[in-house]
Amino acid sequence: MVRLILAEHFPVLVVAVSLISAFTIVVAGRLNKRSCAVIATATILLQLIMASFILHHVLTNGTIQYRLGGWTPPWGIEYVIDALNAYVLIVVLFLGVICVIYSKRSIEHELPHKIVPFYAVYQLLITGLCGITMTGDIFNMYVFVEITSLAAYALIASASGRALKASFVYLVLGSIGACFFLLGIGFLYAVTGSLNMTDLSLLLPPLYGNRAVQAAFVFFAVGLSIKIALFPLHVWQPDAYTYAPSAVTAIIAATMSKVSVYALIRVIYSVFTLDFITNYRYVDVAICWIAAIGIIAGSVLAIMQHNLKRMLAYSSVSQIGYIVLGIGLSPITAWGLLGAIAHISNHAIMKGCLFLAAGAFIYKYDLWDIRDFEGLGKKMPYASAAFTIAAISMIGVPPSAGFATKLFLIFASLQSVEVFAGSAYVFVGVLLLSSLLNLVYFWRVIERMYFVKHDEALNGGERETKKSEIPLSMLVPTLILAALCIVIGILWLTMMPLPFIEDALFELGVEVVP
Amino acid sequence: MVDLMTPLFVILCPALAAPMILLFGKRPNPNIREGWTIAAGIVMFALVLSMVPVILQGEVIRYTFFQTLFEGVAFGFKVDAFGLIFALTSSSLWILVSFYSIGYMRALKEHAQTRYFFSFAVAIVGALGIALSENLLTMFIFYEILTVSTYPLVIHDQTPEALSAGRKYFAYLLTSGVFFLFAVMMTYYLTGTTDFTNGGIPALGSAPRLTLVILFFCFLLGFLKAAWMPFHSWLPTAMVAPTPVSALLHAVAVVKAGVFGIVRIVCYIYGVDLMGAVYVINEHLTLGLALACIAGFTMIVANLFAIAQDNLKRRLAYSTINQLSYIILGAALLTSDGIRGAMMHIPFHGFMKITLFLCAGAIMVVTGKKNISEMAGVGKIMPRTMLAFTITAFGMTGIPPAVGFISKWFLCLGSYQAYQTISPVMITFLFVLLIASLLDVIYFFPILHTAFFKEPEGDSGEEKIKEAPLFMLIPLVITAVFSVIFLLDFILRLNIISMYVYELVEIAVGNVTT
Repeated sequence: MVRLILAEHFPVLVVAVSLISAFTIVVAGRLNKRSCAVIATATILLQLIMASFILHHVLTNGTIQYRLGGWTPPWGIEYVIDALNAYVLIVVLFLGVICVIYSKRSIEHELPHKIVPFYAVYQLLITGLCGITMTGDIFNMYVFVEITSLAAYALIASASGRALKASFVYLVLGSIGACFFLLGIGFLYAVTGSLNMTDLSLLLPPLYGNRAVQAAFVFFAVGLSIKIALFPLHVWQPDAYTYAPSAVTAIIAATMSKVSVYALIRVIYSVFTLDFITNYRYVDVAICWIAAIGIIAGSVLAIMQHNLKRMLAYSSVSQIGYIVLGIGLSPITAWGLLGAIAHISNHAIMKGCLFLAAGAFIYKYDLWDIRDFEGLGKKMPYASAAFTIAAISMIGVPPSAGFATKLFLIFASLQSVEVFAGSAYVFVGVLLLSSLLNLVYFWRVIERMYFVKHDEALNGGERETKKSEIPLSMLVPTLILAALCIVIGILWLTMMPLPFIEDALFELGVEVVP
Repeated sequence: MVDLMTPLFVILCPALAAPMILLFGKRPNPNIREGWTIAAGIVMFALVLSMVPVILQGEVIRYTFFQTLFEGVAFGFKVDAFGLIFALTSSSLWILVSFYSIGYMRALKEHAQTRYFFSFAVAIVGALGIALSENLLTMFIFYEILTVSTYPLVIHDQTPEALSAGRKYFAYLLTSGVFFLFAVMMTYYLTGTTDFTNGGIPALGSAPRLTLVILFFCFLLGFLKAAWMPFHSWLPTAMVAPTPVSALLHAVAVVKAGVFGIVRIVCYIYGVDLMGAVYVINEHLTLGLALACIAGFTMIVANLFAIAQDNLKRRLAYSTINQLSYIILGAALLTSDGIRGAMMHIPFHGFMKITLFLCAGAIMVVTGKKNISEMAGVGKIMPRTMLAFTITAFGMTGIPPAVGFISKWFLCLGSYQAYQTISPVMITFLFVLLIASLLDVIYFFPILHTAFFKEPEGDSGEEKIKEAPLFMLIPLVITAVFSVIFLLDFILRLNIISMYVYELVEIAVGNVTT
């Protein structure tokens, strides 16, 4: 019993511990630089453990509602954790642990003079991400979005040089996105006088025809679209991902966009609810088409890149399209939302693994350009293998994680035939075409790493290649993610996640799948 | 219906051997690495054999590994007579090809042997998975595994030529996988199941005609592995691979998986009745007839192409394209004898074509000759190899003493049956079969003529007998002997082991026709 009661307090602890730890790192870092990594790792690990208790509690006992300071909801801030929050929280913290372990050596190498600020800001980023995930108050969510964004601007800029410009562009666009989000909140508050999500969802239905409410929805959608880098609004993202330090790119690519997607799902389903969307079918169709165009455009842009990290960044633009397409299809079929939710974790794992591997190539040989990758498969066998597995997963070869998403989304598109008519087949076509485009730009890399021979090897004798792997503390996290690409892929196909899916979809008001 | 775990163990044998092969690599000794290959092959074949008695009693072995999130679709295995025929063919031939590979790779001192044997083991996982799968989704998963795992084999030489062949291989086969995936999901969307059902899925009959036609052609495009024209050109291009790989592609795994899939679609998804009832453009052109036309076209044109080839392996590749269409035609005739011929031709063509390829490889290893025009006098240097080649070349053209005669006999019977029962037009296919066999003679006999009766230019005349290493010679002799035994068995009713094949075919034909 004790454990269960404790678990109800974990939501606030997860955020509080993280925030305190961020300041502790600054203080401890003055005394001993090495302690920073240890404190950060320990904190995030602790958070992860708490998060898994939260998930367990939510699945067995139902939604947790935590009132900060004992204030009752419409006035006080409330944390509401249902299955979806808990799941996103675990994804975020798991990737957080992986990246913080990886960053120890990577940051020593890339930012030797900024170790203390790095870990402090990193911890703030995690705090913000956890906050967005757990809060049930929409203004509180905005605050955490800002904390996260500010931390991200700082982390990206820490690489200096071209990263400064990338960070500045991100700062400008990110602020516009946040402003839109805030405007949306303002409109809703003006109309309803409430900021609590549950409360809003009860107050809004009679006001769905109100122009202010509709405008608020558009502000939310556009603001968050900038944050998640949905296709036409992605311009900040490739530079930011390319020039940030490797560990930073990995954590931002893997978790930040996912949490923003989560925020979008939350706003659509827990604030505006399904009825709102169903009334405006054309909004729904528009979202799907934008996502579909984004999927193709992102892949085509990725094919045009030579810089590996930039290529992966464009690939993210395309993959975000998958998630948004799933969200767009979800008013018609629960499979759409399932695809979106599944892809939140799948893409986090795959893209995390790819960026960690890309970071490994940079760490060891300073390789940025795909054209220089010849023989990498022999020189760094494990990092290359991890990259290959994750790439195959991105292409969607069964039984990988990418395959599961593809399956869900294709079926969701097929089920929307009755509503969307011809467009539904277009979406199926887009999903299938996209996996071929993924093949084009990933296989180019794999072919170079393993199969293309050096010019010297072709002309003369085989050049002696020495194996030289990255340090274990970088290698192990990469390999764990690579293994998960397959394991999670198989898990999504089985019945095992069913209780979680039922819970999550039920809380969002979508009818249950199977 | 018998519940047995044997199918799972069959798949697990090579699946577990593959990581072992990687692990043992070159150290301590390549013999240990090869030991895993051989051990897995033998155990696997024994397990497949152990299922024969059960199936012969008319039972079906089923093993459900797990239920997927898609209701009514399990990831599982179902062994029926037809699946077992393919499983027997590929598992038995795989052992022989593995032995041969060991001899071949060592004789030529090839590089990257560990990668080679690893991919070899994964490829057979794919092939057996396809043979034993219970439904389309399971089949698709193994189908993609087969495609990806054979890629490193095709580009084994890593020359620019091999790499571009590999790109072509992927471009064709993974694109076809996309069509296959669409067709699978569409079938599930239409019927709520993807199980292979004797006589076809009943619910499919109520779908609109146009949908059924499009779906069928998506399935056909999905099984591009069957190399039907005009989408065949990946197969001759893939001939840059080492010879045992060509043998694997042509006889054991890849193309057989393609035709196996087409027969599965015709007999177990659409069903014979539906194939004859759904028309494409007007009442005269049913799906069955359309498929038969594609097959007939391929048979004639592929043979004309074959005549023009000078490279022995390329000529054999076109011969494969032609022979595969015999199988497709047999199924497309929609008569019991046609289907009987098609099912028989899967193992028989496997045994004969593998012998031809192994002979071609042996000639290359011993004399270094790849082109037919250079092969004058080879029959005197390598009498045993060329004897095996001659017997099976006779078989290919439908002349005893090799077994090709029997399957062709049934195919001819099948087309006559179709003429009597379906429409008078079907008699055309009898002539197509005969003309194709005649063309077979035209391109096989010059090879024999050159090898035995032409004097090599500018040579001392005194020829020493020099055969390939035993590792290579024994497998090809075994397959040649078996191609004869199958025939003797059928005609003289000797009741040796191979009699089971005929009984299995009878059961399978009984299952799918009424």
